[in-house]
Amino acid sequence: MKLAIVKYNAGNIRSVLYALERIGVEAIVTDDHEQLGSADKVIFPGVGEASTAMAYLKERRLDNLIRELRQPVLGICLGMQLLCSHSEENNTNCLGIFEEKVMRFKTTDPEIKIPQVGWNNIYGLGSSLFNGVAENSYCYFVHSYYAETGPNAIASTEYIQAYSSALHKNNFYGVQFHPEKSAAVGERILKNFIEL
Amino acid sequence: MLTKRIIPCLDIKDGRTVKGINFENIRDAGDPVELGALYAAQGADELVFLDITATVEKRKTLSELVNRISHHINIPFTVGGGISSVEDVSVLLQNGADKISVNTAAYKNPALVADLAREFGSQCVVLAIDTRQETDGRWYVYLNGGRTRTETLAEEWARQAVDAGAGEILLTSMNHDGTKAGFALDITSQLAAALPVPVIASGGGGTMEHFVDVFTKGKADAALAASIFHFKEIGIPELKSFLQEKNIDVRI
Repeated sequence: MKLAIVKYNAGNIRSVLYALERIGVEAIVTDDHEQLGSADKVIFPGVGEASTAMAYLKERRLDNLIRELRQPVLGICLGMQLLCSHSEENNTNCLGIFEEKVMRFKTTDPEIKIPQVGWNNIYGLGSSLFNGVAENSYCYFVHSYYAETGPNAIASTEYIQAYSSALHKNNFYGVQFHPEKSAAVGERILKNFIEL
Repeated sequence: MLTKRIIPCLDIKDGRTVKGINFENIRDAGDPVELGALYAAQGADELVFLDITATVEKRKTLSELVNRISHHINIPFTVGGGISSVEDVSVLLQNGADKISVNTAAYKNPALVADLAREFGSQCVVLAIDTRQETDGRWYVYLNGGRTRTETLAEEWARQAVDAGAGEILLTSMNHDGTKAGFALDITSQLAAALPVPVIASGGGGTMEHFVDVFTKGKADAALAASIFHFKEIGIPELKSFLQEKNIDVRI
């Protein structure tokens, strides 16, 4: 099986690569259209800012390429947000796979910190991506923006309000948390994606 | 529910884990990768690796260690110690660190935090503050591992750094560090209330009740400790069960 990680100006590519190594899976990191197009599965990672990332993808014509992928694709964190329709982060039009919009956490409670940093639980698990993962399992999150609840949600999480912590439509999957940093639960989710 | 985090800190010297008592009298407590993996398996929420002998010559050793850690550990980890430039951080992040912590260099170079936040994002920039409460009752910032006093107050410095882009504050009370007499609850709650970013409390954790106090009275988002974990005085699973019994949300 050929697993490709989309190479772009995002921060956690190495972590994803090492996490895959730990579960015994080799991957290539590439922005080559041919390599990405011919991969059996594609991981679209991401830590960073939405408008800069979208500009980078467009410049390299990776935006259309990603939209047209027909094999299973897993967006992680910013990667998932970029698969949504629009992000409030610098008013960015995203790839539009998922109809859900990405909003910024807002609160007037000084005890609630933004970004959300740490372990939170995922519930309403409704996809084979979560085979063997218990309801309310904890995953590691770091984010200031969230995908609203919507028709493509396959997991939800609560922080200030309920939001979509994982999305699925056709061959596209997205997770807001970092499976590559979410201990055994995260490893199980990555394995499930590999085995889809 | 977002949980409170328990973070073992591994002080590193020459590739080995050590812990200073009041920043002195170092004792050896094992291999950092092995110990880190053990903590991760026991339910630690994050790890901090602090290179206490970081020098230019040792930089390569540290980046190699970070690379080894990131291959073996499946939870987030922060690396700190002697980090003073965008280049230093770039190397550590490329080797798999999730966050880096800056201390003295950020104080001496006010542009550093902003540069790091712009380059890599606030989520990976942790500002470490060593602070001591003096006889006037105020908390002053100390540099160089606690050896150099400044006239700056901890809250003032923390605010400036957060405005510049620091994503978390790691607050160590020098009055409490190594004493096992409890965390500094007043300065921790003061910063937690004043800042929009998470505060990690460090220094003084000696009993499980101390952790309850730092999360309830201290309003900390995370608590960091070293020797009590290294010398198995408190186990992470028992600590988390205890916190859960006290109605504190933790990941079990």
